[in-house]
Amino acid sequence: MSGLRTPAGGRVDRGRPLRFTFDGRAYTGFAGDTLASALLAHGVHLVGRSFKYHRPRGIVAAGSEEPNALVTVARDAARRTPNVRATQVELYDGLVAESQNRWPNLSFDVGAINNLLSPLIPAGFYNKTFMWPRKAWFALYEPQIRAAAGFGVAPAHADPDRYAQRFAHCDVLVVGAGPAGLAAALTAAAAGARVLLCDEQAEFGGALLDEHDAVIDGAPVAAWLAATVATLRTNPRVTLLPRTTAFGYFPHNNIGLAERVTDHLADPTPTQPRERLWQVRAREVVLAAGAIERPLVFPGNDRPGVMLASAARSYLHRYGVKVGTRAVVAAGCDAAFQAAVELAAAGVTIAVIADVRAPGSPPGPAEAAARAAGLAIEASATVLGASGRLRVAGVTLGRVGTDGSVTPGARHACDVLLMSGGYTPSVHLHSQSRGKLAFDETLGAFVPGAAAERTRSAGLARGAHGLATALDDGAAAGLAAAAASGHRGDSGPRHAVRALDGGVAGRAGALPQPAGPLPPAKAFVDFQHDVTTRDLALARREGFEAIEHIKRYTTTGMATDQGKTSGLNALGYVADESARAIPDVGLTTFRMPYTPVTFGLFAGVARGDLFDPVRRTPSHDWASARGAVFEDVGMWKRARFFPATGEDLHAAVDRECLAVRHRVGMFDASTLGKIEVVGKDAATFLNRLYVNNWANLGINRSRYGILLRDDGFVYDDGVIARLADDRFHVTTTTGGAARVFAMMEDYIQTEWTDLSVWITSTTEQWAVVAVQGPRARDVLAKLVTDVDLAPAALPHMAVARGRICGVPMLLFRVSFSGELGFEVNVAADYGAEVWAAIHAAGQEHGITPYGTEAMHVLRAEKGYIIVGQDTDGTMTPDDAAVAWAIGKTKPDFVGKRSLERATMKAAGRKQLVGLETVDPGIVLEEGAQVVAAPGQTPPMKMIGHVTSSYHSASLGRSIALGVVAGGRARLGETLYVPMPAGDIAVKVVGPVFYDREGARLNG
Amino acid sequence: MQKFSAWSLLREAFRGHQGWKSQWRRAAPKAEYDAVIVGGGGHGLGAAYYLAAEHGLTNIAVVEKGWIGGGNTGRNTTIIRSNYLFDESAALYDHSLKLWENLSQVLNYNVMFSPRGVMMLAHTVHDTQVIKRHVHANRGNGVDNEWLTPEEAKAFCPILNIERNIRYPVLGAALQRRGGTARHDTVAWGYARAADALGVDIIENCEVTGIRRDGAGAVEGLETTRGAIRTRKVGVSAAGHTSVVLGYAGVKLPLESFPLQALVSEPVKPIMPCVVMSNTIHAYMSQSDKGDLVIGAGTDAYNSYTQRGALHINTHTLEAICELFPMVRRLKMMRNWGGIVDVTPDRSPIIAKTPVKGLYVNCGWGTGGFKATPGSAHVFAHTIAHDEPHPINAPFTIERFRDGLLIDEAAAAAVAH
Amino acid sequence: MLIIDCPYCGPRPELEFAHGGQAHVVRPADPSKSSDDEWTEYLYLRLNTRGVYAERWRHARGCGRFFNALRDTTTDHFLATYRAGERPPTVAAPRSAP
Repeated sequence: MSGLRTPAGGRVDRGRPLRFTFDGRAYTGFAGDTLASALLAHGVHLVGRSFKYHRPRGIVAAGSEEPNALVTVARDAARRTPNVRATQVELYDGLVAESQNRWPNLSFDVGAINNLLSPLIPAGFYNKTFMWPRKAWFALYEPQIRAAAGFGVAPAHADPDRYAQRFAHCDVLVVGAGPAGLAAALTAAAAGARVLLCDEQAEFGGALLDEHDAVIDGAPVAAWLAATVATLRTNPRVTLLPRTTAFGYFPHNNIGLAERVTDHLADPTPTQPRERLWQVRAREVVLAAGAIERPLVFPGNDRPGVMLASAARSYLHRYGVKVGTRAVVAAGCDAAFQAAVELAAAGVTIAVIADVRAPGSPPGPAEAAARAAGLAIEASATVLGASGRLRVAGVTLGRVGTDGSVTPGARHACDVLLMSGGYTPSVHLHSQSRGKLAFDETLGAFVPGAAAERTRSAGLARGAHGLATALDDGAAAGLAAAAASGHRGDSGPRHAVRALDGGVAGRAGALPQPAGPLPPAKAFVDFQHDVTTRDLALARREGFEAIEHIKRYTTTGMATDQGKTSGLNALGYVADESARAIPDVGLTTFRMPYTPVTFGLFAGVARGDLFDPVRRTPSHDWASARGAVFEDVGMWKRARFFPATGEDLHAAVDRECLAVRHRVGMFDASTLGKIEVVGKDAATFLNRLYVNNWANLGINRSRYGILLRDDGFVYDDGVIARLADDRFHVTTTTGGAARVFAMMEDYIQTEWTDLSVWITSTTEQWAVVAVQGPRARDVLAKLVTDVDLAPAALPHMAVARGRICGVPMLLFRVSFSGELGFEVNVAADYGAEVWAAIHAAGQEHGITPYGTEAMHVLRAEKGYIIVGQDTDGTMTPDDAAVAWAIGKTKPDFVGKRSLERATMKAAGRKQLVGLETVDPGIVLEEGAQVVAAPGQTPPMKMIGHVTSSYHSASLGRSIALGVVAGGRARLGETLYVPMPAGDIAVKVVGPVFYDREGARLNG
Repeated sequence: MQKFSAWSLLREAFRGHQGWKSQWRRAAPKAEYDAVIVGGGGHGLGAAYYLAAEHGLTNIAVVEKGWIGGGNTGRNTTIIRSNYLFDESAALYDHSLKLWENLSQVLNYNVMFSPRGVMMLAHTVHDTQVIKRHVHANRGNGVDNEWLTPEEAKAFCPILNIERNIRYPVLGAALQRRGGTARHDTVAWGYARAADALGVDIIENCEVTGIRRDGAGAVEGLETTRGAIRTRKVGVSAAGHTSVVLGYAGVKLPLESFPLQALVSEPVKPIMPCVVMSNTIHAYMSQSDKGDLVIGAGTDAYNSYTQRGALHINTHTLEAICELFPMVRRLKMMRNWGGIVDVTPDRSPIIAKTPVKGLYVNCGWGTGGFKATPGSAHVFAHTIAHDEPHPINAPFTIERFRDGLLIDEAAAAAVAH
Repeated sequence: MLIIDCPYCGPRPELEFAHGGQAHVVRPADPSKSSDDEWTEYLYLRLNTRGVYAERWRHARGCGRFFNALRDTTTDHFLATYRAGERPPTVAAPRSAP
């Protein structure tokens, strides 16, 4: 290991060395290291290439704001995670990491040609060219651009890891476990509030982890931190969530947290989820997310080795790593002087401290400490450039005169340049919650303004700097949040603190440069997206003045770090250039997530069968065991057909249909919606709702009902039975069950409150077995008791109560096949056994189970429509050939007024008809269009389409239903179905193909 | 207008790009215009462009309450297709698609229209029927759309999961090869620049606060936060805010505004060559030129103007995405955003005259507005210029709701039985 | 996800509810007496208010009841919920926090 690791100190465990590789090269680090700190300990700064120009890039920060150090971490081919920040990757033994966006390797990257071509590819260059010839954009230019873009490589396989989700409620959610957050959690918990404290880092402490010689309440900072965390941990009202990022703030104090559970483990147990989504509902929220240090903007500020001053402190104190041996410090904020002092104390040579603070900045305590330490300070300085290709080698300073002019100064050799432009409070979550932001002139940054949710910010997140202030501010916020959630407490004694406070005020925008005709060489505002001051200037020159326009034109702030380090610098630069104040330039909206969040975390366990609940009918297992092929209808699994050995769909359906026509078939109709409508006004209610007349429906009789929306279009249909004077059994389509129920409730509760009527969904209570065919009665007669099945006693559309297999039964004499038919309703729990019993009893009659496909064929042969297949939401009852169902004398029903509109009665509306192919062997394709004349080429005048089409085994030919403009007036006409292979001639016929007289129903 | 080309880019490269001019003037409102478009999105700017370019109306303005392209133009998932079912819709969207195909050249602005193909998945027998009906109807209308088997669908989009054992397996797909994507912002900017060059005033930060009418009730001007403007023709193209603006003239519309979310992943190297949509399980995904996966999420259930949505909408969306594309499960959401979509009862737009003389409206695009931008703008301009609709937008009236002549694409896909 | 205060059950998450559109839209007692325009207004025209909006919710996965709410559509904060059939309560100007 190089001499960059300090001999002692820091929070890493020097007794636990860990091996890892980066781009195939082996290194070692310590437990407690991040990938970034471990690489820096080996003097490795170069870790990536930038997005556009492929410039060599190093580690800039120590936390989640890192813009450059994006790497891929791969456990195996499927567990490859691209675009993770090396500063957040906790080292484990055997970790494998790779750099991204380079070929063939990181130090020699062919893509860097873009850097030379950069004059040709400024912001928005793609808007101005690649337009000729017209097709070349898609064929030629765009593929090149796409191949060059992107960062990491997505995994090639399905992610095998698991993701968990939890809901949680708390009185006070504290986001951020730095000094303010810890203090807030302490006071809120002491007041008796249930507290949830989360922090994105592996360890609690936030900025305290980077402190070295601060003292709190008489204890060294590390000891105070350990004691505080222990206090919280032992409090049963407190939940601690390290490695947990509050990424989104949703309405009504709903906050999304992403917990990383196993990514830091060398060998995760398979039972652990990789990550866990917490959906928290907090009565009150304390946002103590701290602040992010701003880079300085000057030419060459992206060289590897140029990094944030706070990051250098963090690497030194937390990880025991010196980020270089000879440093230039560019101090745009007093706090940077502290970094210089501490690095010098650790043995790093400080070549010079360039005081680049804005003119007139008051002297600060850290600056005084640097002077006392005898460090060289250059006042009124600016940075003119940084040299070095794969690592910074020198820095050229300049001097800013009182008139603002810049004169070049000396070059200082160095291997690291530490910069600080001051700190930007992390207002992301406050802004996401729709809280207002206010510009603080003293800090030169936005701070939280009026809240829109029950939330408050504390500590550095609202610009309250200095350890003592942050602790006090956090304690007060925790107390206030607890009180607002109904828990009063007191703040306890104030913390006694000894620490240096370098403040947070700094500068935003670019450092002053010598005047010249052109903007200086590349000074980066957004490192990851390669946005320079030149690009921002170009955007303004081209008229993009709104900050949102500038952002979209240059893509500044749109990289994976979402502008954490670049946002205020872009605003500051534009403000300076346009002589406006920063608040006048505006602010782009903060959007979730705070840092990128894994898709799998949102998806959770919803994969495979858990993607959506599966609804199964009572005969499901029976059908499944017999090899039934199922189809998805809504959430239901319905048996589509029951293939015998060697049969395909068509062979099976032919056999099933013929069985029903000639013997008997059985069909599971349990998925139909069922609603019990009860009350003295039940008949009146149905009269107002459905088109039919229900008043004259006798008890134990049923009728086919049509339901419209009030716009007059067919919404649902189904058989409705009257079980008693005040009781109806309503059936609906499978897909319509829930919406018909909701519609009924709507009218009962909000329109016709004069009616005495109640409804209950009974879909899942009844199992329904349809037994259809000439021998249906013979089969049921063996099992049914207490019911006279004779035609006179139980005619078509009659209903009876009795028993089957000894259990109570509601028996409908109904048919959706056109044959003699019954529908046996029994309590769902008996469904499977009754099904099996009917099947057994039917053996001697050749009973055949049939699926939805045969059901469709049988009903189409009879011209029975299926709402949603033969209708499409724009058809009236007349269009669908079911106007006969309308109760002609009723003053009103839902949809009646709309049917009175002239357009609903106009000639030429599409009407349901039968379509018979001239060649009986051709089965039309459902959805195929109908035209009046053959031989047309597109665009052609289409007058209708095929809604249902099958081969009918019973008729020995194809049949089809369709809707055709003015169809009923065209009976006998020949029309055409244009197909790619040619027109198919069809004859318009009535919609009933089989047993037109309906004699078989009455068998 | 300063010509954009590889040559001009090269020339400017040698002088530090100092010679580029503002793409549109920062106009202040004049006292009077021949027509004013309210709403500086793609639809409004496009209408202004076509009014100037094709109808000779150059003394016109676009007023925008914020910055141009800041509404749904800049907040959508950029999908472009025209394979709609009904003749009226197919005509409108295909008119638009044909304009997209040449838009970069016409505007001299690369809007990055990329006909990478839009594939719509069928997961159930019912889906299959509905989608095949689309394929047939589209063919009759001369709109390309073809049926693919699951294997063909996977060949077109290799990361698609066509395993039969997933909850809603892919049974097939309709592919419109001419469909694709474009870069959303550039559409607004391209139209703005071209309109500006023809003399159109583009006035940002100018919110309409009233509509002035004469004694006969006809439009005679606008009140705005930047003063009153006289004009006899006002075309409103204000998306989610249309109800509010039309309300100034007492016009009520069958519109409701809902939050709609979308999101992007971090950029990765190309994995997704096309656009895939699944209406059944609510998943819409493509990959931008930058490498982000662009994913459309759903609308919230309630109307709202907050431009944000709920967490559970995102979980629902990503459940579907991870089911269809299991290898993206490990990628990360980089940014989510919300827009406000205005929805009519039949989910088709209104591009029409209003009961108020001189007041025209283009609204109700729901989630489908971006793809229609050029076509809608083109026929809206015609409607304003002639005080009569273009044949293509003639069916898209306000009165169709009174008359029951709905153009209900969604109902045609309704699941029942 | 919103928290909605059902007048019958108390505050519950939005997933338990179904939105029911604008409140206080009354179906004409005798639709046959409505003109086409009046009928169209009943069927389709909604206020779509930007601001405080009276709307219906149904506690579909709870008590099943319809009720009304006043919600600020610019913040999604509820100002009140009340039972179907009741007149909207008088509320103070929208607060910034719920």
